[in-house]
Amino acid sequence: MSELDHSAPAIELRGVRKSFGGVQAVRGVDLALMPGEIHAVVGENGAGKSTLVRILGGVYRPDEGSVVVEGERVDLHSPANARARGVAVIYQEPALFPDLDVAENIFMGRQPRGRLGIDWREMYREVGELMGSLGVALDPRTPIQGLSVADQQLVEIAKALSLDARVVVMDEPTAALSSRETEQLFRIVKGLRERGVAVLFISHRIEEVFELGDTVTVLRDGEHVITKPAAQLDAAVLIRHMVGRDLGELFPKEHADIGAPLLEVRGLARQGVFEDVSFTLRRGEILGLAGLVGAGRTEVARALFGIDKVDSGEILLEGRPVAIGSPSDAVSAGLAFVPEDRQHQGLVLEMAIERNATLPILRRLTRLGLIQRRRERAVAREYTGRLQVKAAGLDLPATSLSGGNQQKVVLAKWLATDPSLLILDEPTRGIDIGTKAEVHRIVSGLAARGLGILLISSELPEVLAMADRVLVMHEGRITRELGRDEADQEKIMRAATGQDGARAAS
Amino acid sequence: MRPLARTVPVPPPEAAQAVEPVEEVRFGGRRLRARALLDVAGRVREAGIAVALALFVLVVAVIEPRFIEPNNLEEILLSVSILAIVAVGQTLVVLTRNIDLSVGSTVGLVAFVCADTLKGSPGTSVVLVVLLGVVLGAGLGVVNGLLVTVGRVPAIVATLGTLYIFRGLDFTIAGGKEVSASDVPDAYLDLATSRVLGIPVLILFAAVVVLIASLALRRMRSGRELYAIGSNPEAARLAGVPSGRLVFLAFVVCGALCGLAGVLWGARFATVDARAATGFELTVVAAVVVGGVNIFGGSGTAIGATLGAILLGTIENALSILKLNPFWLQAIQGAVIIAAVTLDAIVTRRLQRALRRARARR
Repeated sequence: MSELDHSAPAIELRGVRKSFGGVQAVRGVDLALMPGEIHAVVGENGAGKSTLVRILGGVYRPDEGSVVVEGERVDLHSPANARARGVAVIYQEPALFPDLDVAENIFMGRQPRGRLGIDWREMYREVGELMGSLGVALDPRTPIQGLSVADQQLVEIAKALSLDARVVVMDEPTAALSSRETEQLFRIVKGLRERGVAVLFISHRIEEVFELGDTVTVLRDGEHVITKPAAQLDAAVLIRHMVGRDLGELFPKEHADIGAPLLEVRGLARQGVFEDVSFTLRRGEILGLAGLVGAGRTEVARALFGIDKVDSGEILLEGRPVAIGSPSDAVSAGLAFVPEDRQHQGLVLEMAIERNATLPILRRLTRLGLIQRRRERAVAREYTGRLQVKAAGLDLPATSLSGGNQQKVVLAKWLATDPSLLILDEPTRGIDIGTKAEVHRIVSGLAARGLGILLISSELPEVLAMADRVLVMHEGRITRELGRDEADQEKIMRAATGQDGARAAS
Repeated sequence: MRPLARTVPVPPPEAAQAVEPVEEVRFGGRRLRARALLDVAGRVREAGIAVALALFVLVVAVIEPRFIEPNNLEEILLSVSILAIVAVGQTLVVLTRNIDLSVGSTVGLVAFVCADTLKGSPGTSVVLVVLLGVVLGAGLGVVNGLLVTVGRVPAIVATLGTLYIFRGLDFTIAGGKEVSASDVPDAYLDLATSRVLGIPVLILFAAVVVLIASLALRRMRSGRELYAIGSNPEAARLAGVPSGRLVFLAFVVCGALCGLAGVLWGARFATVDARAATGFELTVVAAVVVGGVNIFGGSGTAIGATLGAILLGTIENALSILKLNPFWLQAIQGAVIIAAVTLDAIVTRRLQRALRRARARR
């Protein structure tokens, strides 16, 4: 480490803004990271944390505002450039070479060389020393694909150190770690602080923020809310800052009669992913499934729909146990699943809108194995019309639609299968506000018609407005169940961040 | 899509504590077995093929002892020398998650041009002809490299195109003629028949190529970077690896090696027309895949590819010595390819499952 001025920020963001296709991800954020300080950044999903990380890492360039490294205004135009400026970013998914070993991953492109080219022995020795200085027992010769995520992160940290990084940014490093691994990571991060490194640490876990952070910044909807020394904050205040958002009157929920149980899930588990998931969904009910990214919500939905296998547990439809081994089983059982990623999983983007809309029911539109174009068109027109898809023509590719209308096509396509149970995974992500309300109206109307709806959403206002009941997941388990009347943002957030020690009501 | 090896998720929790080399670790608990399995999987490709080769030789030798007479063994190596040279070039390309389908056409085109040059001016020195072949091959490699890196055409499409274009060029130049043994000076044919220190020059050429490529892949930074590009292109970008330049270079070197192979082809087969080495690219890819080079890049060695070539050559030779119907040759080659790749996929899938379970138990 070179000489350090401990009173000036190692890196600073000033008034940084960044938007993607009209959606503002970060709106005017200031952030200063001091040498020898651990700075925790918290916020809900979509608060703009990951965008900030990518700006620091040179992956995104801010639309407005500036990045200042040690007093000098810089343009981090590429990851290599950010690295050269002493900024090392450790992403949630480590960016390593699975086929190569630990030492090579650390020294790629910078391997020590002797007379006969790369000096492997020297490289292993140096990496051994580096690991020793971190207090980590990791064999430099181990291939990366044999390592846990925790160890992969250690490799990234070792790489940062070998590069003499003065700023280390970690995007949710503990998300995939066990408690023991987390302890080890914290010990090392504290070691970095002692070396005078400025550490930015993003976490969803409130207790970690207080254990590790010297300073805490809260982001909400891309905006900076507060920055305070951790000592002056407590969990309740922090959560209030994270969720302090207005509900608004955006989502009109129709009244629906809640009927007989439609779906009963008992003790569903997939090893290492989720455990002991049990709930009942009734006809006409919208059941919200809240939680943070990675809590296992999408995974539960995928298992219900037969995409992933479960290790144990039972699924009952209308009281009868069913075995759903594949998505086509699920469709014939009356399930429909609108996935989170509509561009990759929900639609065939290059294909015509009408083709997309009829994809799951093509078999029903055939005669002698040939698709009857006229019926296909009629069905597509009916359902896209019902959902008021705004398209210049149904024969145009799905790419021609806006995000909101694409989502409506996905909905249309599943409604065409006449499902009794609809699973929606983040149905309004990245959709403009007007269309959002429309999607909500449609969903609410479907429930009124007696469909059961499982609504996975990271937007608390959406869950609160739409759901009759809310289940909260945290680290693969359902940690809380809240009725419509008792649910509020803080209760959900506490359960989602693991603040509810017991499952007892607070 | 990359197969499983790519996304092997998270494994044993205790891994953080693992210091001892894997060989010793094996005696530990469940986690250690997963580790050891992984480690074997990493090496099994080359080791496995060496074992398969040895077993095959043994079995055939028992049935027909003539098979392992030194003369025959030398004949096998002679027959795979050219294949090995091109397979090494292909390995460089495949490591980067690309492929060169034009190798057969390149070999054929160079073979004809070189032989034809010697026919036209028999006085040309053989060294010069070798150089001409290498440069011409490298030039064709430049075309492939540019298409893939600058033109951003997927390698499989770009080189499928050049496969036809180079072959078309070959036909245009040859125009139905052929160059036969009597048309070229003996010095040229000697390339394939003479010996140095009792070893056929053809085999020496291949050995030198394999040796240099192995060293470069192990000892040069850019060699390691080829693996990095194929293993995780995004991470390679983040690590500042000059991917475009290296992929380009891999195609050029592959082309140059095809050029060398083309010169040797002309010398070995003596009679060359525009159809020389047609379909050769498939044999080359087969050798590379059987030799344990991951078709999705990131892992494999020049030695492995060479072993793959030797195994294919040995099978061919054994079938002719056992006087089996040549139909079997193709069927067996196909079976060997499928067996090699399937085995690989099974091992990785099992591994992945073991790792997921191990993680759940923590």
